[in-house]
Amino acid sequence: MLKRLIYSREGVLSIIVLTMFFGVGVISPDFISLSNSVSIFNDTSILIMLALGQMLVILTRCIDLSVAANVAFTGMFVAMVNQYFPELHMALLIFLSLFIGALLGAINGLFVWLLKVPSIVITLGTMSIYRGATFLLSDGAWVNSHQMSESFIGLPRYEILSMPVLGWMAVVTIVLFFWAMKFSVWGRNFYSAGGNPMAAFYSGVNVGKVQFYAFLVSGTLSGLCGYLWVSRFAVAYVDVANGFELQVIAACVIGGVSIVGGLGTVVGCVIGALFIGVVNNALPIIGVSPFWQMAISGLVIIIAVIANASSGKDKARIILRNPNANDEIRAN
Amino acid sequence: MKSKLITACVLASATLFASGVYAADQVRVALLVKALGIGFFEAAYRGAEEARKELGDVEIIYTGPTSTTAEGQIEIINSLIAQRVDAIAVSANDADALVPALKKAQQRGIKVISWDSGVGKEGRQIHLNPSSNSLIGEMNVQLAADAIKAKGKSSGTFAILSATPTSTNQNIWIGEMKKSLSKFPNLKLVDTVYGDDLADKSFREATALIKNHPDLDVIVAPTTVGILAAAQAVSDLGLTGKVYVTGLGLPSELAGHVHSGAIHSFAIWNPIDLGYSATMLAYNLVKGQGTKTEIPMGRMGTLKVDKNGDGAMAKPFVYDASNVDEFSSIF
Repeated sequence: MLKRLIYSREGVLSIIVLTMFFGVGVISPDFISLSNSVSIFNDTSILIMLALGQMLVILTRCIDLSVAANVAFTGMFVAMVNQYFPELHMALLIFLSLFIGALLGAINGLFVWLLKVPSIVITLGTMSIYRGATFLLSDGAWVNSHQMSESFIGLPRYEILSMPVLGWMAVVTIVLFFWAMKFSVWGRNFYSAGGNPMAAFYSGVNVGKVQFYAFLVSGTLSGLCGYLWVSRFAVAYVDVANGFELQVIAACVIGGVSIVGGLGTVVGCVIGALFIGVVNNALPIIGVSPFWQMAISGLVIIIAVIANASSGKDKARIILRNPNANDEIRAN
Repeated sequence: MKSKLITACVLASATLFASGVYAADQVRVALLVKALGIGFFEAAYRGAEEARKELGDVEIIYTGPTSTTAEGQIEIINSLIAQRVDAIAVSANDADALVPALKKAQQRGIKVISWDSGVGKEGRQIHLNPSSNSLIGEMNVQLAADAIKAKGKSSGTFAILSATPTSTNQNIWIGEMKKSLSKFPNLKLVDTVYGDDLADKSFREATALIKNHPDLDVIVAPTTVGILAAAQAVSDLGLTGKVYVTGLGLPSELAGHVHSGAIHSFAIWNPIDLGYSATMLAYNLVKGQGTKTEIPMGRMGTLKVDKNGDGAMAKPFVYDASNVDEFSSIF
């Protein structure tokens, strides 16, 4: 059982992340303190949520390049609403961010579902469109901390059991995803639609619709992260999260989500995001030259992916697992 | 066609006549901006008005297209030539596109200067930069010294949070900051880090700076994203008043952090001074005051002009709790 755990993709990746984490701890003991661990997790929360949304999209053999632009647009939108109507309740603003994000995600999804346009083309287009729309919306102006209400900035920072709400939101998202992807038919359909679309079609799964759902969820999470991002850094401007979609996709790939679809787990995806989070937080602490930083983060990503790929080699991949038949499979 | 030509002739002679009346006693300076309705330029106009009151015999024509296009500015330049203004002070939407029209203006005896955003050398006589690299570098170190003084200390440490490690002007400014360190023997630069002008990376770098240097007094960020992210990091860590953030940024973006105390003071050009200086320079050129290398600009001192016709107005202007609100509505 333990051996199986260690040799699984997630196991190998966890070992790499933990080695890195404690390795930095040798250089800077404060890095592995509980409070700093919580702050690293908190710092990675947005990436985790976006990566989970992206995982659904990648599972269905698509890709969503517009997540960061969605973050920027929704972030700017709710920030401006907050600026002009500071009395508006936060629950309403969060609902608004989810709604706007879902809308932008649905646009991607509808193109993929109904027009059968390759998702990379559509989301490459909407990536620029959403970013441009952010500019048109704001006229290039920034929304700054003093133009935001106290609760708008305070909510993700509010601490419950010494972890900020931002981190708890990631925890809730992880739990929901874990449950949905393992135990709900709705979640299992993402695997079947991506693993073998033809077989899925014949077993009554509407592959296009599943892809639509994937974009919808990815968009909704991007919308929420739009608010969280703008609130966390207390500023909204057009270039918010510029290029962040690449980190999101990298988190998925590192976490063992197969770029050709059908394979990937919630746990792997979260560890993949944490991997990037630890690298991002460790590099400034150990004082690596900025010219080396990019090369190093690229290198560790490649190493992680190689380690990951070789750990899964030569083994038949179970695409659809009956949750009740786990013991049966282990016996084989 | 013929009738059009006649109308044009009549119109032209009419404007000639009309402007002839003006030109007798007043110097007419056109302040041509990138576009109307931009706070920064409205503030520059306030400065120009201040210069007008000081000089007395100046008329300011504040003008600009409705959107920031070079075409719009060219049309306006042509009409200013027709109105026979004495000087044009332009902040250009395009460094090259305006040159032919401005050349024409100069051929008609109109003095042309550019300010804020310059035009090619052939298009103008002088270009007024808001500041110079060495002045900006020195100002940033001065700000760090001021923040340490605000903490009640006589000496202290500071670190620089820049944009990308390949950003040309950032690197020049950092170089100038290091050069001017000799004037501040009580200041010690402990680290230089790069936030790539990304909010999340700048935030992380600022946090790491504070962790790596527990005795750090000031973070200097000569970039708008960096200074905001660092100020937010300081308030999130609950270190307001212990670590000050300073650097270059806009009053509208930083007002909140100045009031929260994360930023003691910061600097950027003052658009009012810029409009004032541009008007003074244009006036003095028309009046033939000053030399090829030095032209007076009223209360802002004397502009030193280099061989390319470029000059730097002053050190960046310092904003703090006392004046940030006045300017935050402007830009």
